[in-house]
Amino acid sequence: MADRHAVLSCGPLPGSDMHPILTLILQRLALGLLLLLAASALIFGLTEILPGDAAQAILGQSATPESLANLREEMGLNRPALTRYAEWLGGVVTLDMGNALTNKLPIADQIASRMSNTLFLAFWAAIISVPLAILLGLIAVRFQNRWPDKVISGVTLASISLPEFMIAYILIFFFAVKIMTLNIFGWTPTPFPSFANIYPGMGLGEKLFAIALPVAVLTLVVLAHMMRMTRAAILNVMQSAYIETAELKGLTTFAVIYRHAFPNAIAPIVNVVMINLAYLVVGVVVVELVFAYPGMGQYLVDAVVKRDVPVVLACGVIFAAVYIILNIVADVVSILANPRLRHPK
Amino acid sequence: MLKNIPLSAMIGLIVTGTYFLAAIFAGVIAPYGMAETVGDVWEPSSFEFWLGTDQIGRDLLTRMIYGGQTTIFIATAATILSFTTGAVLGFVAAVNGGWIDQVMSRLVDLFMSIPSLILALVILSSIEATVVTLIVIMGLLDSTRVYRLARAVAVDISVMDYVEAARLRGEKLAWIIFREILPNALSPLVAEMGLRFIFMVLFISTLSFLGIGVQPPLADWGGIVKENKEGINFGIGAALYPAVAIATLAISVNLVADWILNRTTSLKGGRG
Amino acid sequence: MTEPLLKVRGLKIGATVYPPGEKPHDIEIVHGVDFDVAPGKVLGLIGESGAGKSTIGLATMAYGRGGVKLTGGSVEVNGRDVLQSGTRDVRRLRGAEVTYVSQSAAASFNPAKQIMEQVIEAAVGQGKFSRSDAEKRAVELFTKLGLPDPQNIGNRYPHQVSGGQLQRCMTALALCPEPDLVVFDEPTTALDVTTQIDVLKAIKDAIRDTGVAALYITHDLAVVAQVSDHIMVLRHGNMVEYGTTDQIINAPQQEYTQALVSVRSITHEEKQPTEPVLRVQGITARYKGTKFDVLHDVNVEISPGQTLAVVGESGSGKSTLARVITGLLPPRDGTITFAGRKLSPDQPSRAREDLRELQMIYQMADVAMNPRQTVGTIIGRPLEFYFGLRGAEKQQRIQELLDEIELGTGFQDRYPAELSGGQKQRVCIARALAAKPKLIICDEVTSALDPLVADGILKLLLELQKIEDVAYLFITHDLATVKAIADSIAVMYQGKVQRYGTKSEVLTPPFDDYTDLLLSSVPEMKLGWLEEVIAHRKMESAGN
Repeated sequence: MADRHAVLSCGPLPGSDMHPILTLILQRLALGLLLLLAASALIFGLTEILPGDAAQAILGQSATPESLANLREEMGLNRPALTRYAEWLGGVVTLDMGNALTNKLPIADQIASRMSNTLFLAFWAAIISVPLAILLGLIAVRFQNRWPDKVISGVTLASISLPEFMIAYILIFFFAVKIMTLNIFGWTPTPFPSFANIYPGMGLGEKLFAIALPVAVLTLVVLAHMMRMTRAAILNVMQSAYIETAELKGLTTFAVIYRHAFPNAIAPIVNVVMINLAYLVVGVVVVELVFAYPGMGQYLVDAVVKRDVPVVLACGVIFAAVYIILNIVADVVSILANPRLRHPK
Repeated sequence: MLKNIPLSAMIGLIVTGTYFLAAIFAGVIAPYGMAETVGDVWEPSSFEFWLGTDQIGRDLLTRMIYGGQTTIFIATAATILSFTTGAVLGFVAAVNGGWIDQVMSRLVDLFMSIPSLILALVILSSIEATVVTLIVIMGLLDSTRVYRLARAVAVDISVMDYVEAARLRGEKLAWIIFREILPNALSPLVAEMGLRFIFMVLFISTLSFLGIGVQPPLADWGGIVKENKEGINFGIGAALYPAVAIATLAISVNLVADWILNRTTSLKGGRG
Repeated sequence: MTEPLLKVRGLKIGATVYPPGEKPHDIEIVHGVDFDVAPGKVLGLIGESGAGKSTIGLATMAYGRGGVKLTGGSVEVNGRDVLQSGTRDVRRLRGAEVTYVSQSAAASFNPAKQIMEQVIEAAVGQGKFSRSDAEKRAVELFTKLGLPDPQNIGNRYPHQVSGGQLQRCMTALALCPEPDLVVFDEPTTALDVTTQIDVLKAIKDAIRDTGVAALYITHDLAVVAQVSDHIMVLRHGNMVEYGTTDQIINAPQQEYTQALVSVRSITHEEKQPTEPVLRVQGITARYKGTKFDVLHDVNVEISPGQTLAVVGESGSGKSTLARVITGLLPPRDGTITFAGRKLSPDQPSRAREDLRELQMIYQMADVAMNPRQTVGTIIGRPLEFYFGLRGAEKQQRIQELLDEIELGTGFQDRYPAELSGGQKQRVCIARALAAKPKLIICDEVTSALDPLVADGILKLLLELQKIEDVAYLFITHDLATVKAIADSIAVMYQGKVQRYGTKSEVLTPPFDDYTDLLLSSVPEMKLGWLEEVIAHRKMESAGN
């Protein structure tokens, strides 16, 4: 059996003098760049293949063929798709994404402020959910198959079974509305705002209060996935034979986890975190809409409803890029954390 | 076989079955017409209107039943589309290998490198959302995931010694796929089908909520939330009923899927 | 007599099982076992899989793997009952008084840490040695265990050393804290036979020099006979027999022990070669996408109704040869002639008659049968496929085949998961026989089985050879098996046939160095064999 598989494992590229791990990472980065390019082409292509174009969108269904043709000429839509793709891509790279169809404003300006709002929201959601998920994952593993584990799994199953906007409205219902009817010894708590409007000039405290509910929703959504995956990743490590060896050395539970489980669990956990941060990117779209939060997601959905294709393209490609980059980071971290690759024979 | 169903799976089966029956017989069991205005705006629940009325005075229970019909129909159709496409292509890729496998797998990698909600939004910015286009878009986008699973399962099985034994015997490709691989791949695929179905329910609800899914006057669960969301600020929970419906449906399908997956390891004909 | 170091009385061990579709329930896997180990003595625990020997070994460290619970009796180490000890006392026992060497050192070393770090961890952590003293002791142990470059090997990571070396490192890890007792759990089972003997010798010397007591757990009586003072034979969680090594090997009292001792004593009269049914000429092969040949100019022949044994260690190319003959790996050069016809190099283009007459049996019977097909379907398919048998005729033939493999009635409707390991392999044999082949390739067919079961399979194969006049190409790493059944032998080493001829030719000196090494490495059920062999070796083992 063994000799059949031995030959299949392939080492680093022959003939390279670089540390093999560097070669691997460079390969991964090059592949990532290629993927980004292909993804942008796919997004551009999808708006091309399908019937209807920007001119049609501006003029509406009732437009005469002549006026359509004129506008197409004017907007340069008659040129080959590949030329227009190259132009568009060049624009994206130089942060010039053209103007929106609807309000004729430069898209890049719009995106700049919205992007920072979205990142602000995602940042706080990540800051809360990542440590919490890892902690809960550890608790679930520590009490595997006992009640804390079961409670955690039950709650996560429920929150996975609900769409983001549902969680949002449930939270709004209780923490922005019903909370006002509470009366605790004459004190009525201030309701959380159900519209998360932030604007320049707001203090950090005000901003944080404003986004409390959206952050809570995003945290809940990501937490469930992240916790489940963290639990699985740690369990996988804890079932390894070397953990048994460590236990049979008479080490304390803490030492077993800290010295033997942790170094091996870093890579899978980082992977889980990255995948879920990528998931956050999508969750943001819906949550921003619910709370009327002036971010990228709302901008994108608005543009889709108004058929503002240039805006959709710009937002779509940015979301895709963030998602792909996070995945590349996850891959690079797992390469770096692998002792077999770090210390080659 | 029915004797050995654990309680959780039994509950899952009953709840799922109820939802599907309600969807099929919506026209029979709904107390009022789908678009019929029968009461005042946001009436509380009463003997007349069990769940109260919605933002323009339609019976909410009726809306929920018809909404369930739309949601479940679209999700089911998209799941079937996603499964047939994904599983067939995945098996073909696994058994053939070579460049067919390479091309299809790289293409699927590309599609999966972009979140499907973002892709759906991009596509829906250029074409009209109808029940048919929604089913096709959702089904095809999701088939990439099924493809990956089907291919992985089939590749795992096709390197088994019993498949090699069948090849050495001289069996044809059809025998190998349908008699050796498929029976062993069925359980994980069926369990995955449940999970994909839940995902479809969540997906279509999200699209409708965003206003780019099912269009009025058709009702669906995501749409009902959208229509009634203003009520939340007045403490009216009409928008929360779909939440309950989606959550209970999703959890019960999950329970059934879990059971099917666990059954795979059982003694008779098990894989383990 | 001195007070025993380890005193086990009425040890009962239970486990919770989770059969799918049923409620989890508790079963007892060890039913009250008593034994003592005196300081500095070695007790061998021997038994087949499921005998509970590893579980008992771990119980001496108050450890239950997975859902295993120590339910009754007492385990006294240095006069203290470890089953009644608190967590802190148990922690002080593990890694200080009792240490453990597992079967797979590769899995038991933390891949993220250097070897030295892990070897001295218990000794330092338990306060037995300072860090520098522990490192000094580790280097001494590395030297004693015959590891190359003992000063620096500790700086390497586990994946940077070979399997045999890692197993020695694990022994160093266990001996470093100067324990009173070491539990060796099948420490050489995963190694190639020529490597096993070196590791075994290293372990034996280390035990002797450090004066530590040991529990040596294995399924191989010949191995345990080399290292232990006493042997306890276990079966299904009960003690079968206990005695000195000499008594167990030379005068076993119980029938089960006698069977274990006499295993592989099959006598098979060698037949003389005739006009061959299979002729392999000048085969050179490599795997797709690789740059080196795994087979170089291989030439062998098999006579009808006879057995050619292809022996070699992992990586020798013996399984690749089987893939070339079956056509799964078309060779780069050379021809295969079968029953007078030249075989097409790739399997899909072979004639159905060629496929029928050349059958195959695999090492792992459980993955060689489709778990969703019944025994009747599995055996019936070749009947249908090659001979077009249907209905009652087919049923009758299936039953005949089941009788031939000694399974009898009632097996047709069972699924593979409902059979024992030996029964599964028998069904695979029946499936091959159903095609009425001229040649069956047997790829390590007994190596996954317990010795007694394996013995039964070998006897059956020999019996069937007489009845059906079928030839076997028998691929194995186990020379005892070869001696038992072969008519001719090909010894393979690094993709080449090192020695080839009739059994008596191959096994008669003078030997080339590799064949000598291989032949001498097979443990013999004889006291003092290990020392004799080591004294006579001409060549280092391949795995080092």
